[in-house]
Amino acid sequence: MTVLSLVIFLPLAAALGLLAFPRLRDRTVIWAWIGACVADLALVVGMWLGYDGAGGGVGYEANLRWIPSVRAGYHIGVDGLSLPLIAMTAVLFLACAVFSLRQARRVRAFAVLFLFLQTVCLGLFAALDLLLFFVFFDLSIVGMYFVIAGWGHGDNVRSALKFFLYTFLGALVLLLGFIGLYLGADPHTFDMTELTRTPPLAGSPGPAALVLLAVGIGLAIKTPTVPVHTWLPPAHTDAPAAGSAILAGVMLKMGTYGFVRIAMPMLPDAWRRYAWAAIVVGVVSVLYGALVALAQDNLKRLIAYTSVNHMGYVVLAVGAAGLAAGDMDARRLATTGAVTQMVSHGLITGALFLLSGVLYDRGHSYEMGRYGGIARGAPLFAALTAVAAFASLGLPGLSGFIAEFQIFTGSIGSGTGAAAAGAALAILGIIITAALFLRVLHRTLLGPPGSRTAQVTDIHRSELAAIAPLLALSLIIGIAPRFLLDVIEPASAAVVSLVAR
Amino acid sequence: MHATQAEGVQSLVWLLIALPLASAAVLLVGGRRTDKWGHLLGCATPLAGFGIGVAAFVQMLGYPAEERARTLHLYEWIAVGGFNVDVGLLLDPLSVSFVLLITGVGSLIHIYSIGYMSHDTDRRRFFAYLNLFIAAMLLLVLADNYLALYVGWEGVGLASYLLIGFWQFKPSAAVAAKKAFVVNRVGDFGLSVAIMVMFGAFGVVSFTGVFGAVEGASKGLVTAVGLLLLLGACGKSAQLPLQTWLLDAMEGPTPVSALIHAATMVTAGVYLIVRSGPIFDLSPDARLVVAIVGAATLLVGAIIGCAKDDIKKGLAGSTMSQIGYMILAAGLGPVGYAFAIMHLLTHGFFKAGLFLGAGSVMHAMNDEVDMRRYGGLYRVMPWTFVTFGFGYLAIIGIPPFSGFFSKDKIIETAFNKGGTSGWILGACALLGAGITAYYMTRMVLMTFFGERRWSDDAHPHESPPVMVGPMVLLALGSIFAGLLLTLGGRFQDFLAPVVGESPEHGVHAISPVVLTLITLLVVIGGGIAAYVQYGRRTVPVVAPAGSFATVAARKDLYGDAINESLIMRPGQWLTRLTVFFDSRGVDGLVNTVAATIGGTSGRVRRLQTGFVRSYALSMFFGAALVIGALLLVRL
Repeated sequence: MTVLSLVIFLPLAAALGLLAFPRLRDRTVIWAWIGACVADLALVVGMWLGYDGAGGGVGYEANLRWIPSVRAGYHIGVDGLSLPLIAMTAVLFLACAVFSLRQARRVRAFAVLFLFLQTVCLGLFAALDLLLFFVFFDLSIVGMYFVIAGWGHGDNVRSALKFFLYTFLGALVLLLGFIGLYLGADPHTFDMTELTRTPPLAGSPGPAALVLLAVGIGLAIKTPTVPVHTWLPPAHTDAPAAGSAILAGVMLKMGTYGFVRIAMPMLPDAWRRYAWAAIVVGVVSVLYGALVALAQDNLKRLIAYTSVNHMGYVVLAVGAAGLAAGDMDARRLATTGAVTQMVSHGLITGALFLLSGVLYDRGHSYEMGRYGGIARGAPLFAALTAVAAFASLGLPGLSGFIAEFQIFTGSIGSGTGAAAAGAALAILGIIITAALFLRVLHRTLLGPPGSRTAQVTDIHRSELAAIAPLLALSLIIGIAPRFLLDVIEPASAAVVSLVAR
Repeated sequence: MHATQAEGVQSLVWLLIALPLASAAVLLVGGRRTDKWGHLLGCATPLAGFGIGVAAFVQMLGYPAEERARTLHLYEWIAVGGFNVDVGLLLDPLSVSFVLLITGVGSLIHIYSIGYMSHDTDRRRFFAYLNLFIAAMLLLVLADNYLALYVGWEGVGLASYLLIGFWQFKPSAAVAAKKAFVVNRVGDFGLSVAIMVMFGAFGVVSFTGVFGAVEGASKGLVTAVGLLLLLGACGKSAQLPLQTWLLDAMEGPTPVSALIHAATMVTAGVYLIVRSGPIFDLSPDARLVVAIVGAATLLVGAIIGCAKDDIKKGLAGSTMSQIGYMILAAGLGPVGYAFAIMHLLTHGFFKAGLFLGAGSVMHAMNDEVDMRRYGGLYRVMPWTFVTFGFGYLAIIGIPPFSGFFSKDKIIETAFNKGGTSGWILGACALLGAGITAYYMTRMVLMTFFGERRWSDDAHPHESPPVMVGPMVLLALGSIFAGLLLTLGGRFQDFLAPVVGESPEHGVHAISPVVLTLITLLVVIGGGIAAYVQYGRRTVPVVAPAGSFATVAARKDLYGDAINESLIMRPGQWLTRLTVFFDSRGVDGLVNTVAATIGGTSGRVRRLQTGFVRSYALSMFFGAALVIGALLLVRL
């Protein structure tokens, strides 16, 4: 066992601990929750410092027998693709724990559920076995279902059910794809390193295409891309703030992470052949998500649609990275940009959803028309919202810009007309995103006060402590991203050369 | 372009950016605690920057002309595969000119703002944003590569957004801020795609790298990059077709209009084109488009300026027009670059002075901006009148005031371009000079002369010394800057290592002396026309209906209407269509499928008989199926 297992299961252990002591007061429960998150984050930071990124290899690897009959193992490890996501996950869960200091309803169950989800999310990013990956993938859906159904508002039970059925269906299609990979491998195995080393179905393009289709659909639903995105807006709208932050910040990345971790390196031939499809889906998601977001009056639905837009950039990038004709440097840039975008979007959208949670806590509404002029009475809230909005619209100096610039430059620089045209279209998305976020600022923070504005008191210390670090990290990545890029780059270079095989 | 590492004072130029940035951070994070001394800190940083700038400039003068470009490497920013971008600064004659303008005029406007904003409870925040602007603007002009330039480019856009919307309780200000940012983003689209294409084609984004590689590039690529850069310039510098935001931007406090929307930020497009000279040198087509955009905007801006009764909007139209001159000059190639920058510097002085004068008048008149409500102010506001007057003489180009030297050269260079295009561009520039004289004379007459048309509660008074001081200094610049820069071709020689020597061509379309005389006649003609209309007759308090042309000019020549019908309306339709498609089409399909399954399962539910034996049977069949499948797989 390595420290990685400890990182993964420490939150679960804490959850069991909380269940074991039913007499604890709510306040104590939350502080214990925060303590577990802090300890976990400290371990992740230690792992980061101890990880030798230069080689791009797998670190903290552990491989135990689990289901030997199908050659599935408890195989975990981190590399430059997963470590940044694991770190982002630990940060975001800690932020949610701190944010929940003001949570009043069924605190213990809430904390336990989140700790459970944290283990699941960390485990997924660390998994090096398809079956293990799938188990975590499924459990994340179950956990989030209870979060939305149990602590949501509005039409939350229906939204939770839609979320569950839709993404569970996606998971089943994904499982179909995984079984295809298993069957295609010789000898049959679920082990991801082996599947990456010798890609299955190398000589049979037809079945490989079908398997890629299954894996692609499964991941696309989770990401989500157009047209399989419609579970996302209602799930977000009716979820509690911390749930939305995790759903958008961490769980959407499971889809995009699957592309770079599974689809690209394990099915290189098929990926190269169908990379254009990823580009098309990516560009459509970018523009479609932005346009629909532009028309929303409900703040949370709006942020949900911007997630479709932002994940579209990632899909575009992984598509461009698969173009065989493309320039190698450009493709590495696109892939690195994709992973950077996953981290960046987690931080920024996490902050945005927590901020919308603050708004709902005060005014009990997400309708932007009911607010206005908040900047006067709640300047700190306004300042944080403005920073988060500008980060999300890709202002240089913040992390979104670093990610998106790499994606666009990599796509245009790949030298193929199709990718360049796609990227140019997608860049139009940044104009729409600017318009829609300024519209948000304009309607909520500026102008004459709305009917609910008077209720909006400024941000509390605990809320500030949860949100400000996320934005500070986004700023640090925007100004000095080397610490992050140097970890991602060797791994994305490896992915690109795997795809090029 | 050869550049060595900066030494001595020049190695401190990073402080130019760091100081105002740190100050902005202190003021924003410190909040109300810094209210007492916030404005002083805010003024101290650009002043310190000016000190560093002057020292760096003096040190530069000590070097021989060819060794004046110095770089300062700060840190590695992005390094992914072959894509390496460092944050580095480039100090050369071009960037140091901008540093002096930005910190010099910037300091004066900061000081002026102490007085102008003294009644505002949020004065500290105002200074924080101004400092943020100074930092971003200095990064823009000091960056040694396009990507770092882009950071500054967007940074000034952010500061501009924050400052236009500073009085956020005014709905019009919030709308104007939003519009400015979004229209600028359209321009940013051009600039960012240009940078990405540079990386795709050359693998680098540094100035030296790109300029070195561009000579081997295909003509089509160079022209494309040039036009994309021009799109960026059009957004930032309010040139056609992205000009509409600047007039609305006047919603911001007047010092902002003076600093950002007159003297510095809006000239960034000119800087971009001149800095990218080696690219434009290789593409006559792109250059011609630049010149056409400049010529068209200089006329449009001037015509709009003629019809505005709002003193700030009049000046905004004028700013568009004057930047049109600079863009026109930049489009004329190496012969024009130095004149473009020279006009940019003189314009920085006189236009900032004019705006501060307008602010002083507004300050005195309870924030009234309608010139029809002014009149006869020269008696009550002598300092404002005199400083405004020098700015007026400078902008219309009366010798020996500064605008004369720079504008006259642009008109001359346009004619000298030769060919039909040279005649047309020259004629536009000449006509523009006449219109400029007309609208500026109109403005001076309506504001300072004639009978008093003040509203009842107006009690105008001269502004306090903290405001008058900067106005006086800018007026001095309006008087002498042009002469000092032109004497003996001094500024041209100074810039030559960056923009190239302007060839001593003997081809003159019209003899320079004759052209200068013609220009002066046109200018005087414009002035007399305005005098006949506004000096000899009384100015009505309510604007007359006006001819078709006047109405069109009042509506900014329908710039907004065109944008609305070409972009906004179709955009809204597209948005609505997408939303409809999303909820009815995509999600509707999902829901239909779900409902169908729900209906089916209602029927299937009858299978749930509650009898264990039937369950056992189905389990048996299921297990058999799974085992069968597994066996099949093993085989």
